[in-house]
Amino acid sequence: MIKRIKKELVIVGGGPAGMSAAVAAYERGLRDILILERDNALGGILRQCIHNGFGLHRFGEELTGPEYAHRYIEKVLEYKIPYMLETMVTGIDKNRILTAQNCKEGIFEIEAGAIILAMGCRERPKGALNIAGTRPSGVYTAGTAQKYVNMKGYMPGKRVVILGSGDIGLIMARRMTLEGAKVECVCELMPYSGGLARNIEQCLNDFDIPLLLSHTVIEIHGKERVTGVTIAKVDENRRPIMDTARFIECDTLLLSCGLIPENELTRSAGITIDRVTNGAVVDGSRETDVKGIFACGNVLHVHDLVDYVSEEAEICACGAVDFIRGQAKGEADINIRTDGKVRYTVPRKLTEIKDTTLYFRVSDIFRDVRLTVKSADRVILSKKKQKLAPGEMETVTISADVIREIKNGEITVSLEA
Amino acid sequence: MKERNLTCIVCPKGCQIKVLFDGEGKIKEVLGYTCKRGEEYAITECTHPRRTVTTTMKTAGGIVAVKTYGTVPKEDVFKVMDEINRTRITRDVKIGDVLIEDVAGTGVKVVATSEVQ
Ligand SMILES: Cc1cc2nc3c(=O)[nH]c(=O)nc-3n(C[C@H](O)[C@H](O)[C@H](O)COP(=O)(O)OP(=O)(O)OC[C@H]3O[C@@H](n4cnc5c(N)ncnc54)[C@H](O)[C@@H]3O)c2cc1C
Repeated sequence: MIKRIKKELVIVGGGPAGMSAAVAAYERGLRDILILERDNALGGILRQCIHNGFGLHRFGEELTGPEYAHRYIEKVLEYKIPYMLETMVTGIDKNRILTAQNCKEGIFEIEAGAIILAMGCRERPKGALNIAGTRPSGVYTAGTAQKYVNMKGYMPGKRVVILGSGDIGLIMARRMTLEGAKVECVCELMPYSGGLARNIEQCLNDFDIPLLLSHTVIEIHGKERVTGVTIAKVDENRRPIMDTARFIECDTLLLSCGLIPENELTRSAGITIDRVTNGAVVDGSRETDVKGIFACGNVLHVHDLVDYVSEEAEICACGAVDFIRGQAKGEADINIRTDGKVRYTVPRKLTEIKDTTLYFRVSDIFRDVRLTVKSADRVILSKKKQKLAPGEMETVTISADVIREIKNGEITVSLEA
Repeated sequence: MKERNLTCIVCPKGCQIKVLFDGEGKIKEVLGYTCKRGEEYAITECTHPRRTVTTTMKTAGGIVAVKTYGTVPKEDVFKVMDEINRTRITRDVKIGDVLIEDVAGTGVKVVATSEVQ
């Protein structure tokens, strides 16, 4: 017989999302909480993000990743919120039964009143697969390199090329440079960087590291160890222009090609996944289409700012606590569509009539546009935006009064001239 | 130099700031910032740029994450790194502990930002 326990609220993942959700649920009076974390400590990805830049919104000071995590770890300890480390959740079903395992308990099951999914995301390894050439050592994802340097104290190499200009790649360009490596360049397939402008400034420009936009790595050289890469410019269809190809000597290639929400468990519970975000489709309280299962943080959509992760986790925790206490919602049933320029919104459904903030990303760089919300072709909200960029998550708040005006159970969020 | 365009690094917004100089190279006007800290950053950046350094440090039990407690002159960043990398800590470390009092003569402390990893 597999041992089975009962818990009111089970949180999968002990990163900033999971911890913020646990703390918020506790502060709303819930006590029967359990956090399950597969790693040997709480903190999630922040443990390896030793750079500063976290928490400005939330705490009004610039913290490093471990310091931000520590603020929540202290709360979890102060409130004595139970958590299990080195415990991997391997399955969830739609009746909210979780299967988990660890060395001490073996395999066990938990019957949960509500579940919050907070598993974070992992790096996209895809970049590596489409590159020609050999498979020598010296090719790492930027996050793996970050873990080596910041948590183990190993340097993955001395001469580095970075493919992808997402924030992790930019942060690692600086980190490797500070530790004595030479970063030859950062290649970005797109004509713009996916990283924050401040990171281009302080991680690349400070050290004169070139950012080559519309460039990619077309071949990796080396037998045992990387000896170099061939890079080339790409055309507007992102195809390499062969006569621009050039060889760059290096011993390390770091890939920073984006993050993918870690949603195997979400799928196993039969939850609908959004094709754009790769995260669950949720309503305003971050409830998925399987009753009582909620999601927040990077597992729901990729966040660049952990402050927003905590904010979202708190919204999610309130939803889960209300669910556990049997508070009904469902006064509204509104689908949110986007025009493609706005790639997605979270939430994608509105089920309550109350002020709701939509988080969204755009598909390209847009200047002087109006973010517009329409219901049955009538504009119900329009906000001027000076500059929108794909790398930066944006928000717009729809008031309860505006939600009441919505017809046909559908709104469209778009960018207009 | 008549003007200089900067990307503010104070917060994730990354405001584009323009600094205008007079004939003698003195700052005449700062445009485009959206907060006080942004204005200060632009002025410092054009007079004596400074940076916070975050890195790791070796201790007896493993490595800890550290940061300079405040900014150091940008041109001293590698000197700061050098001293941090040469220093070994032999005692237990808690978050917030001062590990170096005055790093590389900058007058700035280095503090632990994590426990031993
Ligand atoms: C390299 C990098 C740099 C960043 N820089 C910044 C920055 O400068 N400023 C900023 O504000 N934000 C930054 N971020 C973003 C911020 O760190 C993330 O948005 C935030 O950590 C996401 O929190 P999370 O809790 O959703 O996910 P995570 O931190 O990834 O936590 C998820 C946790 O779930 C656990 N888990 C997953 N699956 C299971 C399972 N099946 N069973 C049990 N446990 C499981 C994982 O072990 C992990 O601990 C950065 C992120 C990265 C990766």
